[in-house]
Amino acid sequence: MKIGRVSGTVVSTISAPVYDHRRLLLCDLLDEVGDDTGDYLICVDAVDAGHGETVLIVDEGNGARQVVSDPQAPIRAVIVGIVDELLVDGTAREVA
Amino acid sequence: MQLAEVTGTVVATVKYQGLEGVRFLVVQPLDRECRPQGRQVVAADGVHMAGPGEMVYIVGSREASLAMPEPFVPVDHAIVGIVDHVERS
Repeated sequence: MKIGRVSGTVVSTISAPVYDHRRLLLCDLLDEVGDDTGDYLICVDAVDAGHGETVLIVDEGNGARQVVSDPQAPIRAVIVGIVDELLVDGTAREVA
Repeated sequence: MQLAEVTGTVVATVKYQGLEGVRFLVVQPLDRECRPQGRQVVAADGVHMAGPGEMVYIVGSREASLAMPEPFVPVDHAIVGIVDHVERS
């Protein structure tokens, strides 16, 4: 799983059926101490995450398909948690 | 899933079974500021409507084949949606 920060929304009318009525969020990927890596992912939101929040992302197909309850869905990245705190090497890191 | 811009089309007459009728497009992956990033790749069009100049989002690896009419065809990138716009917060 990966840690990211919600930085935007992707608006799409024409898409594969599994994306209908689901929020697609642009997430900047963070490293283990919460710093920006420069990478990003487009993720389906399963937990009602808000802009600027630090989130937990599954970037793996089987887990993602389980979240949307569709074994044939062409989907890979899903937000599955909102991070309250990062504790790395005994030090608490600020998360948004 | 990643953003990409469609830059061209691929015409192939001879294709592996299960890929008949599948359109292949050349796409340029984009970074989060919608600037070109990395090498262009060929992606199967899973929405049947994407065309050159459009911004799309693509899915890679095995999930790409699930966007095809027939599952488990040999495809490693697929377009799964056309982007209307990206709202940055």
